[in-house]
Amino acid sequence: MALSGMRGLSVFISDIRNCQNKEQERLRVDKELGNVRTRFKNEKGLTPYEKKKYVWKMLYIYMLGYDVDFGHMEAVSLISAPKYPEKQVALQSIGTTNMVGYIVTSSLLNENHDFLRLAINTVRNDIIGRNETFQCLALTMVGNIGGREFAESLAPDVQKLLISSSCRPLVRKKAALCLLRLFRKNPDVVNVDGWSDRMAQLLDERDLGVLTSSMSLLVALVSNNHEAYWSCLPKCVKTLERLARNQDIPQEYTYYGIPSPWLQVSVCVCVCNFLLSVISHTFRKRKNEILREVKTMRALQYFPTVEDPNTRRSLFEVLQRILMGTDVVKNVNKNNASHAVLFEALALVMHLDAENEMMSQCVALLGKFIAVREPNIRYLGLENMTRMLMVTDVHDIIKRHQAQIITSLKDPDISIRRRALDLLYGMCDVSNAKDIVEELLQYLSTADFAMREELSLKAAILAEKFAPDLSWYVDVILQLIDKAGDFVSDDIWFRVVQFVTNNEDLQPYAAAKAREYLDKPAIHETMVKVSAYLLGEYSHLLARRPGCSPKEIFSAIHEKLPTVSTTTIPILLSTYAKILMHTQPPDPELQKHVWAIFSKYESCIDVEIQQRAIEYFALSSKGAALMDILAEMPKFPERQSALIKKAEVAEVDTAEQSAIKLRAQQHMTNALVVTDQHSSNGTPQSVGQLSLVKIPSISGDVGSSCQEHTSADQELSQANGTLATVDPQPPSADLLGDLLGPLAIEGLPGAAVLSEPNAVSGLEGVPIPADDAAAIVPVEKDTNSVQPIGNINERFYALCLKDSGVLYEDPNIQIGIKAEWRAQHGRLVLFLGNKNTFPLLSVQALILPPVHLKIELSLVPETIPPRAQVQCPLEVMNLHPSRDVAVLDFSYKCGTSMANVKLRLPAVLNKFLQPITVSAEEFFPQWRSLSGPPLKLQEVVRGVRPLSLIDMANIFTSFQLTVCQGLDPNPNNLIASTTFYSETIRPMLCLIRIETDPTDRTQLRITVASGDPTLTFELMEFIKEQLAGIPTAPRPPAPPAAPGAQPTNPAAPVAQPTNPAALTDPGDLLAGLL
Amino acid sequence: MIRFILLQNRQGKTRLAKYYVPLEDSEKHKVEYEVHRLVVNRDSKFTNFVEFRTHKVIYRRYAGLFFSLCVDITDNELAYLECIHLFVEILDHFFSNVCELDLVFNFHKVYLILDEFILAGELQETSKRAIIERMGELEKLELKSQAILSVKLTCKNLDSRSQFRLPSPSLSPLVAA
Repeated sequence: MALSGMRGLSVFISDIRNCQNKEQERLRVDKELGNVRTRFKNEKGLTPYEKKKYVWKMLYIYMLGYDVDFGHMEAVSLISAPKYPEKQVALQSIGTTNMVGYIVTSSLLNENHDFLRLAINTVRNDIIGRNETFQCLALTMVGNIGGREFAESLAPDVQKLLISSSCRPLVRKKAALCLLRLFRKNPDVVNVDGWSDRMAQLLDERDLGVLTSSMSLLVALVSNNHEAYWSCLPKCVKTLERLARNQDIPQEYTYYGIPSPWLQVSVCVCVCNFLLSVISHTFRKRKNEILREVKTMRALQYFPTVEDPNTRRSLFEVLQRILMGTDVVKNVNKNNASHAVLFEALALVMHLDAENEMMSQCVALLGKFIAVREPNIRYLGLENMTRMLMVTDVHDIIKRHQAQIITSLKDPDISIRRRALDLLYGMCDVSNAKDIVEELLQYLSTADFAMREELSLKAAILAEKFAPDLSWYVDVILQLIDKAGDFVSDDIWFRVVQFVTNNEDLQPYAAAKAREYLDKPAIHETMVKVSAYLLGEYSHLLARRPGCSPKEIFSAIHEKLPTVSTTTIPILLSTYAKILMHTQPPDPELQKHVWAIFSKYESCIDVEIQQRAIEYFALSSKGAALMDILAEMPKFPERQSALIKKAEVAEVDTAEQSAIKLRAQQHMTNALVVTDQHSSNGTPQSVGQLSLVKIPSISGDVGSSCQEHTSADQELSQANGTLATVDPQPPSADLLGDLLGPLAIEGLPGAAVLSEPNAVSGLEGVPIPADDAAAIVPVEKDTNSVQPIGNINERFYALCLKDSGVLYEDPNIQIGIKAEWRAQHGRLVLFLGNKNTFPLLSVQALILPPVHLKIELSLVPETIPPRAQVQCPLEVMNLHPSRDVAVLDFSYKCGTSMANVKLRLPAVLNKFLQPITVSAEEFFPQWRSLSGPPLKLQEVVRGVRPLSLIDMANIFTSFQLTVCQGLDPNPNNLIASTTFYSETIRPMLCLIRIETDPTDRTQLRITVASGDPTLTFELMEFIKEQLAGIPTAPRPPAPPAAPGAQPTNPAAPVAQPTNPAALTDPGDLLAGLL
Repeated sequence: MIRFILLQNRQGKTRLAKYYVPLEDSEKHKVEYEVHRLVVNRDSKFTNFVEFRTHKVIYRRYAGLFFSLCVDITDNELAYLECIHLFVEILDHFFSNVCELDLVFNFHKVYLILDEFILAGELQETSKRAIIERMGELEKLELKSQAILSVKLTCKNLDSRSQFRLPSPSLSPLVAA
């Protein structure tokens, strides 16, 4: 360690300091690293002194920011440098070598390094050994970088040291914090049963160092299980009393005359934790949820009180003393120290069921603080006022300080501005919304870029929540877009469009406003979008106003077209089409103009624009048809504001007590409170009363014309649709704790994204029993915390029958699929949609194809941008018949967690079938010529799901089997036919006959025939699978030796190998009859 | 809890970095760069607190050195601010009138002091006297080990030459000890 000189090290540091530039420094560092590396190679020649020196040099180089990718082992090995307990002196000498090892190791490595494992035994020996020096070193290292393995093997020993009466306080305080580290990281591993008595004893500790460390430990233990430690509460209060009264505190523990401010703070936190944990355990809620609901809890008198009257009285007295007895003094350090305690006491009072008097004292103090010049105190005043708002009803008192708070919004320090913004956002209600929002808008034009997005989002939310009337809301949003268009997300303008669409009274006003903005010389593209949309819908309501004739509006909008991007052009085209439609009587000149634009874009490279141009042109040529399709959009269904949802999602990222989210949550339910407000024109109108209006679905069950209609505004409604499904991601328990932790790197092994069929060697050519196949193919494994939305199985089965839909969805991503099938070829497109406002990283999609399918997946981007959808085409080719299913192994990283899901792809047998109708003349010769196994198989199955013949026919049709009516003379039977396509065999006709027993619907006899034995077998099994949970037969060996396979089938209840000659074959009987 | 402690000069050179949460090296460099950028241009009249990702940084400037602590959002800002000052007072006492160069050439000692002051991201000892005394103990230990080491080395050298020269009588008892 060399507290005294270590010349080589000093020389090296001087050398580095004398370097003229970065390049020289790098050369010097490289030289030194080379030197150290060679010296480490022949380690035997190194004296302990040299080892220490080199390890220190490495740490210095590392600190300079260079990569040190070797020597970790050497550092760790220093920890276990040999010790000679029989020679006390030698031990001391080695001791300092170990010290270097410990210190450098804990600076150079983190808990995830494998090397650390090598040291566990040595560390343990040091901890249980009697040498204080080593105990301290080991405890320090474990306290700083100990991971799970350390917790597993060391926790009991550390616990012993903490309560040992023979150890010096020096060792015990380290043991307390070391235990805290192990407990925080792995509460499941560290056994603290029965520790409440021990902790209570520790609180009587005379040494304030040990007491400080133990208090930190207690804070963590209480948050985890408050009940067990309830007995510690009176002692905490006593400690606080002792400190606050400055009784019996050694001089060295007072800091500028304040008795250990840190310990006082820590005790307050601990008491506060008691209170919050009680609720969190009673209501099984997370702590940050509790913080949100403290107010309600208090109102419902669920809020815990300190029951013991003596403790309660003492606590109130001591808090009162702190609140009243803290004066502002000249000395900065003393001032800070006393206010540190004061603010913590304030926080405790807020959460305590305190008398109102005390609460109003707090508010008064905070009011004082937010007006002082001292920036730190002002900052904390604002911050704590925001917290106060969340837990008590102090709105009215705080509103008195509104002007003061607005001044802070203009403070040069961004930290203060943010706190002021949070507070303004929190204190906003119907009475002051107008003032506050206008203040925010005004500030927006001068605010720095770092704050604009947050500002505009908050202004938009407040305007929506507390709008005194809706026209004001529209004004605010349009101003917002005008002033900070770049920072206004799409959600904001979608939302205003929803409001306007759903409120008829608002429409003329909004259209007129939009028209005004269009006259401005340069407007933001978002403004072009929203005004074009609004004018397209409602410009006819303005027809009589000056400057608002269709032609004028059209040219005002069209002027902006050259300035906008391709995403806006489709909206403009829709607007043109709508204006044209609304122009009554038709204006031939306008029509000509618009048509010219449409025909110009008919060859546009952007598909969306091209499609719209062509369709609008065709539609507008038809005249009357246009009227219906381009009519006003129907009302939107009532939904939670996407903005508020966005705030909630963002919340997961922000820390526990950030004001925004707390308020957002509290007001979530009344997001649409504007109900009984009156609009500008005086008619009562209500957003809350919006009736649910079904939007015509895009898939077009309302008919093709409607489909057009929707497609015209698809962009808008789709976006809304997507937003509406956003679920706030449940915050993972240790999210906050590990936010700064490394992202778990557990990606898939570097397999190629594109997988050849033989990539999965286990499947290749080897006959696999059905059970095994099932084990491979199957079932969505949810290895992670991300919970899928909806049932993955159901989604898969649905997609087996249709060609587009959602394959998978969770809070972060939606995977849609769209497929086209042509003979043995298929083209699937995966739509990967990121639902979050942050990008999804490390996206990986891997196809595990069964042997019979050749699947090529195009490149999947590694990152999906926020709210974006990427398309990944997938080419499928069917080689031969099989019921195996391809699996999509999909993973992505969200925050720190890796999500991985295995999804079956709906590239199943029936996708390669095409219905074919056969006549009796075609059917019977075929049926007869396929005379028996392996080409024709027959089986009686029992225990099937009872189905009527019609239902069964429907199932068959959905699987691309044509049900041939009237071929079978028996009305209880059913004959179906289809063609199967694959690369290896010709398109193959398949014939199926089902015989039912009208008296027992659970019993069937199935006969399947085709020109390929494998196909016959697979199709038979497929049909059995579909007709109910019939156990499936094992796959026949490849090439299938069909006749042998059947009788060995243990699963089928009755397996009859059919004899071609046997007259029992109904087909033959049938044929014979005809 | 303290996530990490950084000592940086105005140019952004790191003089001490201590992480109480596991971070990859590349992430550490990024954090050091970002924190420096965050604090270096702030006016002295500004608050000593600034939001950093989902945490907050409490920093204080002493001459050309920035002491930054990254702590949880719910932690008490002023308490940590004074914790920085206490640390500086300890350094000042230990190095008697500390300056940046002391910290550069004795960075290893600074690590030692820090380990006596903060452990596992929490305050371990708030008594200046206790920490200075502990450092004294460690220093003594080191001196002793240095002494023993040099004696051992000398003896080794002497042993190899003992055939030619008589060993100095004064050294032999020490070796035996």
